[in-house]
Amino acid sequence: MTTVTDSPVRTDDNPFALSHLDALEAESVHIFREVAGEFERPVILFSGGKDSIVMLHLALKAFAPAPVPFALLHVDTGHNFPEVIEYRDRTVAQHGLRLHVASVQDFIDRGVLRERPDGTRNPLQTVPLLDAIASGKFDAVFGGGRRDEEKARAKERVFSLRDEFGAWDPRRQRPELWSLYNGRHAVGEHVRVFPLSNWTELDVWQYIEREEIALPEIYYAHHRDVFRRDGMWLTAGEWGGPKEHEAVENRLVRYRTVGDMSCTGAVDSDADTIEAVIAEIAASRLTERGATRADDKLSEAAMEDRKREGYF
Amino acid sequence: MSTTQADISQTGTATSLLRFATAGSVDDGKSTLVGRLLHDSKSVLADQLEAVEHASRRRGQDAPDLALLTDGLRAEREQGITIDVAYRYFATARRRFILADTPGHVQYTRNMVTGASTAELAVVLVDARNGVVEQTRRHAAVAALLRVPHVVLAVNKMDLVEYAEPVFARIAEEFTAYAASLGVKDVVAVPISALAGDNVVEPSANMDWYGGPTLLEHLETVPVGSDPGVEPARFPVQYVIRPQSEEFHDYRGYAGQLASGVLRVGDPVTVLPSGHTSTVAAIDALGGPAELAWAPQSVTVRLTDDIDISRGDLIAAGPAATPTKDIEATVCHLNERPLNVGARVLLKHTTRTVRALVKEISYRIDIDTLEQRSGAEGLNVNDIGHVVLRTAEPLALDTYHDNRRTGSFILIDPADGTTLTAGMAGEAFDTIVSTTDASIEEDWV
Repeated sequence: MTTVTDSPVRTDDNPFALSHLDALEAESVHIFREVAGEFERPVILFSGGKDSIVMLHLALKAFAPAPVPFALLHVDTGHNFPEVIEYRDRTVAQHGLRLHVASVQDFIDRGVLRERPDGTRNPLQTVPLLDAIASGKFDAVFGGGRRDEEKARAKERVFSLRDEFGAWDPRRQRPELWSLYNGRHAVGEHVRVFPLSNWTELDVWQYIEREEIALPEIYYAHHRDVFRRDGMWLTAGEWGGPKEHEAVENRLVRYRTVGDMSCTGAVDSDADTIEAVIAEIAASRLTERGATRADDKLSEAAMEDRKREGYF
Repeated sequence: MSTTQADISQTGTATSLLRFATAGSVDDGKSTLVGRLLHDSKSVLADQLEAVEHASRRRGQDAPDLALLTDGLRAEREQGITIDVAYRYFATARRRFILADTPGHVQYTRNMVTGASTAELAVVLVDARNGVVEQTRRHAAVAALLRVPHVVLAVNKMDLVEYAEPVFARIAEEFTAYAASLGVKDVVAVPISALAGDNVVEPSANMDWYGGPTLLEHLETVPVGSDPGVEPARFPVQYVIRPQSEEFHDYRGYAGQLASGVLRVGDPVTVLPSGHTSTVAAIDALGGPAELAWAPQSVTVRLTDDIDISRGDLIAAGPAATPTKDIEATVCHLNERPLNVGARVLLKHTTRTVRALVKEISYRIDIDTLEQRSGAEGLNVNDIGHVVLRTAEPLALDTYHDNRRTGSFILIDPADGTTLTAGMAGEAFDTIVSTTDASIEEDWV
């Protein structure tokens, strides 16, 4: 990842005005440095999705020319896009990072978790995640969650306190004023930190364009064998698709989000460049989760419930 | 005016960012206004609207209730309450907006203080039929207390007063006078109907007499940020960067975010609280070296002298406050547990956390009348008061009047880490309104 930085764009009449991307970048870097200054063992959740890639890019900039003082943690559902795993391993090697992997498959093999009838593994990530946090003794866990993503996230703090069970209690969250983040926690508790809280999907893409950040290829339009389920185009795979009545067809698609293959849908798209992707998102009439995540369609409060249990 | 999301992509990344807060109760139509802003700026996407329509239908409502757009958690929906502050995001071709949406009831002061702390503009909503009421004055007072630079009075429900100019003019005049008395420098009043859409995004066809901007036009054009060029530089050190690699063997950089002002290579600086002086040798902006940096950029600063600097220190240029252990401040108490004289707490100021003792609660401020009531033993949740603190180590505080970032702090319970209190160094308002004159009091009510 190169750090190409032109000087901040000046706008309005004020010679010291910052563009919105510069303002968001400065805020996120401030958050990373606060955590580095106040916590013992932070870790970055890294899925190989665009938000976690932007997080890592910001962390690299925040501590340059020194290395990032955190390890990465990937909660591996076992239903991965091969392109994403390749990207993950390439990135880890390139920056000399340490990667921890918490494997959902391991938990299933050990009988701790049971496969769901629908084959979806997103909800199964919580247990391996909390186990990895406890065994790694991580006290701060960076997540790529954004407040614009989902209703329950709109009230999330930048520093979000989790109890010994990883649980999120909206009523126990601390008021967050100015840029004074309170990271104090008891032994066994940890703090989830969301440096991209104030970014929108479009900001993320504009930043990827400006910083020339490489992404896994599946974010750009490509031909793929897919089948229709619950109104989404899913990729065929060992995880359990397609079923007999589901017809596979080859379509030009791309992914707006990257998650567990079983519940992350592709969208029809011919956007094969970053410019085309940005134009497509700016004109889109659906949110990224609405368009591509089956797990959020389960109920009106699906995300709230998962967050309470310790999900990302 | 076409302000679709699609326009943004054409402007590249050169749009500015405005953080603002809304205050007002459900009765004033705040949720409708926020829903209208999101909806008319095309920030509500089809699946979100569908969810709202679905929920509205299930509750037996005919039309989609835009207020549901700003509803969050199931706990809130079930109990019909709103917890804390919710953040909303929308954009036009000219600007990106972060809206801190604060509920108007029960925990009003705490929530509004939280939302206003990062806001550069506050929208205070009034019902045109009721005019300036106690709650309006409270919202104005909180905006003034938090030194929100711009205040907009949105006189809502103009459709219910036949779009009558005198009604608007009277309310605007009364509010502007009150806000000015609190030291608010920029007040703009806009007559609107959130329900009908008048003057929110589109100019109203019903109020020819109004020549000003719509609410959104004002939000798009109000100057963002203060002018770092005229402020003394304040750079709280967050983290010391020492790569200890072959290539950067002697590199020692101080990482932080400029709280105010401009730093240039060659500037003489003072490190507080130690008082050591040095000179800026280099500035590493995010991604490359720079000749200067300004607030609120995050950068890394290197100095010419090898002096002992660590997290919590402040690198300052220009006139700087003398570090002190005795702090007088205006506070808003945020927690259910009262803050009492004698309490031992932690105080977090910029990047420094120190032990502190509550020595005195000088007075409580009645946020509705602005009367100072002395003799308070403790401050309860939502109370505003003036306190005297003693800290274990000296702090380089500016007054909140001079600097919102280096003049603010939070108090933390050392036992469980709870954030107890929000603090602002110095006096509450530029102009303290005397409330002993009963005739003025009557005018307000």
